[in-house]
Amino acid sequence: MVLGRTVTHTLVGLEARKVEVEAHLQNGVPGLAIVGLADRACQEAKHRVRSGIASAELEWPSRRITVNLAPAGLRKEGSGFDLPIALAILAASRQFPVDRLASHAAIGELSLDGRVRPVAGVLAAAEGARRAGLGRLLCAAESAAEAALAGVEPIPVRHLVEVVGYLRGEYEPEAVEVFSPGEAPPVELPDLADVRGQERARRALELAAAGGHNLLLAGPPGIGKSMLARRLPGILPPLTREEALEVTRIHSVAGLLSRDRPLVDRRPFRAPHHSASVAAIVGGGAGPKPGEATLAHRGVLFLDELPEFQRPVLEALRQPLEDGVIAVARVEGRAVFPSRFQLVASMNMCPCGGRGDAGTECQCSPQRLASFREKLSRALLDRFDVVVALPRPRAAELGGVAGEPSEAVAQRVAAARARLETGTPSRTDAATALLDRAVERLPLSGRGRARVARVARTIAALAAADEVEEEHLAEALAYRSPRELAQ
Amino acid sequence: MRLARSDGRFPARLKAIFDPPRALYLRGTAEPELLDRRGVGVVGARSCSPYGAQVARMLGRELAAAGLLVVSGLARGVDGEAHRGALEAGRPTVGVLGCGIDRDYPAVNASLSRRMEDGGLVVSEYEPGVEPAPWRFPARNRIIAGLCEAVVVVEARERSGALITADFALEEGREVFAVPGEITSSLSVGSNALLKLGATPLTAVGDVLDALGIERMLPASADPGVSEAAQRVLALVRDGPSAADEVTARASLDAGAVSVALTELELAGLVAAVDGVFRALR
Repeated sequence: MVLGRTVTHTLVGLEARKVEVEAHLQNGVPGLAIVGLADRACQEAKHRVRSGIASAELEWPSRRITVNLAPAGLRKEGSGFDLPIALAILAASRQFPVDRLASHAAIGELSLDGRVRPVAGVLAAAEGARRAGLGRLLCAAESAAEAALAGVEPIPVRHLVEVVGYLRGEYEPEAVEVFSPGEAPPVELPDLADVRGQERARRALELAAAGGHNLLLAGPPGIGKSMLARRLPGILPPLTREEALEVTRIHSVAGLLSRDRPLVDRRPFRAPHHSASVAAIVGGGAGPKPGEATLAHRGVLFLDELPEFQRPVLEALRQPLEDGVIAVARVEGRAVFPSRFQLVASMNMCPCGGRGDAGTECQCSPQRLASFREKLSRALLDRFDVVVALPRPRAAELGGVAGEPSEAVAQRVAAARARLETGTPSRTDAATALLDRAVERLPLSGRGRARVARVARTIAALAAADEVEEEHLAEALAYRSPRELAQ
Repeated sequence: MRLARSDGRFPARLKAIFDPPRALYLRGTAEPELLDRRGVGVVGARSCSPYGAQVARMLGRELAAAGLLVVSGLARGVDGEAHRGALEAGRPTVGVLGCGIDRDYPAVNASLSRRMEDGGLVVSEYEPGVEPAPWRFPARNRIIAGLCEAVVVVEARERSGALITADFALEEGREVFAVPGEITSSLSVGSNALLKLGATPLTAVGDVLDALGIERMLPASADPGVSEAAQRVLALVRDGPSAADEVTARASLDAGAVSVALTELELAGLVAAVDGVFRALR
């Protein structure tokens, strides 16, 4: 029989699907055909595989070669099929003992000189291999640490020669160290100690971190809205091992992992530009790729200049904010991306940026101001539990003392989160009476009322109180959407 | 409903002006007699500053609470805020349109005009179907001035419709007040120029009440039952509009406590926040 077979995985969304690569040699005009719904990058494997095999001084069978990617109905994408295709052809022409390939999966791109290059999504592929009962994964040396996270044994290979040497039992690849975040140098996150003054905003940031509330910062340009937002991941509790793996899988599929830190153990912070398209934010493409909302999973999605984002982008964010997942439907299939992020947004108070700034006068016409506010639909504003308007501080305040460092704040946040997990504190009668009075006197919708109640619970937890009292509720009311936005 | 000039219920003050309208169209649940109540016009810029909006609302609320009828032009900015203030006080208010009585112009104030019709009136000299046009607004302003015993100009640019209202009021011998504004702001050029020409400066609601000979009914008592921290914060905000952080720095309270105090004061109607800046209301 002149058939060779390897196993690899392709990604549908974030999920790995097993793909069997079969190569068959038959008599006829020499040539190579790849069948099984291979996309462009995958069809081009022909040329890379042929050059790679030649560069490795292995024999290119001068027969008619048919490569089938099974299941044939599943669309295959990307360059990760190069290595498995090369191995299937080499197996079919018996250039190494075929039974050595059993219990191995393979993934990797080939360069024309036969080197093995890393591809995106190795972690998901390694998990797929483990589920398929394959204990070892042949992959590029750069991807080995990532593959090891999935609990399979990575076989790091740098060149096709090494792969064949290993399969012939002539070469033993070096062992891969399992990455442990404790040993790696800590990642420097921006610290809250750099923020001077801004007491109200700091307090709001702490509340947002403790309660997982979405936060909207409104104020004139240049007062440090982005600076504050960037300091949120630093006061959030670290990711658990399972969460870290989940986030790593996403970042691996997007090809964003760094080589020295294969495990993403810090909460991601994503700040897409306001020109981003809907697909860039929620994910998309033919074989859907995760978007910014998914890359921010378990972390922070920061939308700077919120009203500048296209209206469809803002509307598209409502599903992930509500359900924590994004379902992307395409003709070829459907992918579900996790996207449980914390939303932080910043905006000017008017299009010209003059409002909230004592030094300048707002030049906006009422129509322009109205359309600016119109863009922030009620439904979207309703997703922000905590809204802070930050007017420009007077010069005297800028010289203020350095603020509390992130570490101290993070401890309070962790304690409050622990309290909130043990149960929801009840509300005193006085606090409920205050809330009712507020609903009567302020523009506060039913949803707004629920938001205030939620934030009040977080404030009580931060204060280590057993019940939500009047003062907690009063403070929560201070972070409601201001009247000029609520109208 | 249509109220002809010959009708006995046609407001007497309006009939007395140089060129009273031939008829008034009315919309709302109140009786036409409402228009004979002692009225004060509150007018000003459409694109007013937060300060102007706040003053207009406060004037609307307190003049209405003192028993006066607040009359304005249902426009954006100062006009709309004055109407809202009166509604906040739970009193009827009258809006004068510069277009057909069946129109809502500007459209943004459609819901405001619905609320005003409930207990108050929206009036116009134009029959249904008349389009809003630039020359109709000065004519509308003569009706505002004609319905009122006094006109308050809150904020006005150099060439503002509010100044036209003030001119009409002066010609008919009605009282004219102007709220002093910052001399550096283009939004106060018109109102400050009125002051220079001899309009009465308005520094408190009481000024209007004194001029019209109305007893003040405002409670002179101190701040009703707010906490000690809130009293301290209120004193700071009365010194000048402040952001929460400025209060925090000066009140020796932490940011959370200041938020609690400011909410307490907002609910008590003693301060209001616009764009994150807190101002004392009286």
